[in-house]
Amino acid sequence: MIDFQYARANDVADAVRQMAADPTAKFIAGGTNLIDLMKEDVERPSRLIDISRLPLKTIEETADGGLRIGALVPNSDLAYHPAIEQRYPMLSCAILAGASQQLRNMASTGGNLLQRTRCYYFYDIATPCNKREPGSGCAAIKGLNRIHAILGASEACIATHPSDMCVALAALDAKVHVHGPAGERTIAFCEFHRLPGNMPQRDTNLHRDEIVTAVELPARGFASNYTYLKLRDRLSYAFALVSVAAALELEGGAIKEARLALGGVAHKPWRDTAAEAALRGQAANQAAFAHAADLVLRDARGHTHNSFKIELARRGIVRALMQAARGSPQSQSNKKIL
Amino acid sequence: MQRTRMPHAIQPDHHRLRARVPEKMPVALTVNGVETRLKVAPWTTLLDALRDHLDLTGTKKGCDHGQCGACTVLVDGRRINSCLTFAVMQDGAQVTTIEGLATNGALHALQQAFIDHDAFQCGYCTPGQICAAAGLIAEGRAKSAGEIRELMSGNICRCGAYPNIVAAIQQAMGRS
Repeated sequence: MIDFQYARANDVADAVRQMAADPTAKFIAGGTNLIDLMKEDVERPSRLIDISRLPLKTIEETADGGLRIGALVPNSDLAYHPAIEQRYPMLSCAILAGASQQLRNMASTGGNLLQRTRCYYFYDIATPCNKREPGSGCAAIKGLNRIHAILGASEACIATHPSDMCVALAALDAKVHVHGPAGERTIAFCEFHRLPGNMPQRDTNLHRDEIVTAVELPARGFASNYTYLKLRDRLSYAFALVSVAAALELEGGAIKEARLALGGVAHKPWRDTAAEAALRGQAANQAAFAHAADLVLRDARGHTHNSFKIELARRGIVRALMQAARGSPQSQSNKKIL
Repeated sequence: MQRTRMPHAIQPDHHRLRARVPEKMPVALTVNGVETRLKVAPWTTLLDALRDHLDLTGTKKGCDHGQCGACTVLVDGRRINSCLTFAVMQDGAQVTTIEGLATNGALHALQQAFIDHDAFQCGYCTPGQICAAAGLIAEGRAKSAGEIRELMSGNICRCGAYPNIVAAIQQAMGRS
């Protein structure tokens, strides 16, 4: 780890000012990803601006019946908040499917959105990586790519976004509130993260001198028919090979509204509104779910070691939609998949 | 394979960076009930501050990347990985380590339960396991053995003592 300066931000405006003044500075909140990346020499900030004491730790009701979650609410507090457990249980499940309780106690809501990929080559500074070192090449495309993307990848990058929480937030139509030198703006969740294209060094559309201040949930929480199904190499404390956030609103056995987002398959949480549209008005049955899965995976492409993910995702989508339709969400402690 | 970036250790600017005299910063921590004042570099992790500056070597450095849980301590009553936070970030915090769990010479219920159930072999992960279990019990979320396993999954035991660890935690929870 290189040496760096450390300073605390007094308020949000001060944080933005400090960041604008130093092009190699980084914000730090929970630190669980950034410190790890600094130990690996992947991130080498000259200055850390500690935002962890800013007053962004509340969860508040919004005027239109939703919730505004402060960017510094720890992941564990968010997952266990009564309003989240009751009104947005899919979000609670997704958070508890990720990391460990120690890490969830440390990691912030905003930081979860901004965590970097766990691609082995991104982490290994002895190998080329267009995300870490633009223009150097992608070692994963012809390398060990079992954990990599099957949707929306490019010739420059096949990394995946590692978050579980973000998959649920994408499905729930959340919004991200950010603050920068020009004031505040709001970014739709599905516009927050980017596909790699030819600029994989940019994970999100957040500007470097902007700070995430809150994540907002709309009123609709899908608390009756939902699931978060995470498929991974060990039963707990592992990143998703494929995960599925599925939520339905049913009316007499027919699908009135559907939400479907996948994790572990792309450079961003992969929400497919075409598949959701195809589900609307259909009977909630296996045939409709299989058709939706085909739609989601219509452009899926495997690499040397990860083609199995396409069939895994197909079955995961169908199973998740079945769980949602039955009203029997995947347990995050009993790992038997029903 | 194309190789365009040298490992950091041999990059030309490395010596310049390391040659700068580190600026130490004051940190106040209450560790196991004792107020302590330290001066540490900003990049000193809480784990290194405990082990190298306060000689509290009960907290172990396993992976140093938040993957094994051996460094688990309680900060303001919540379990965290002490390897993934800088000591300067914890200024003013109450820290409890494995050395702070026993009271007046009597073992903490978890320490006794780990002995009763032979919940370790080499013992290296044990301080982290016990601190994590103390956090788990305080959270009050785990009731069944399955829930204990899930909420203890951030602590790896290389010897594979998991069944006995779960039994020990159940005993300490009063559910043996």
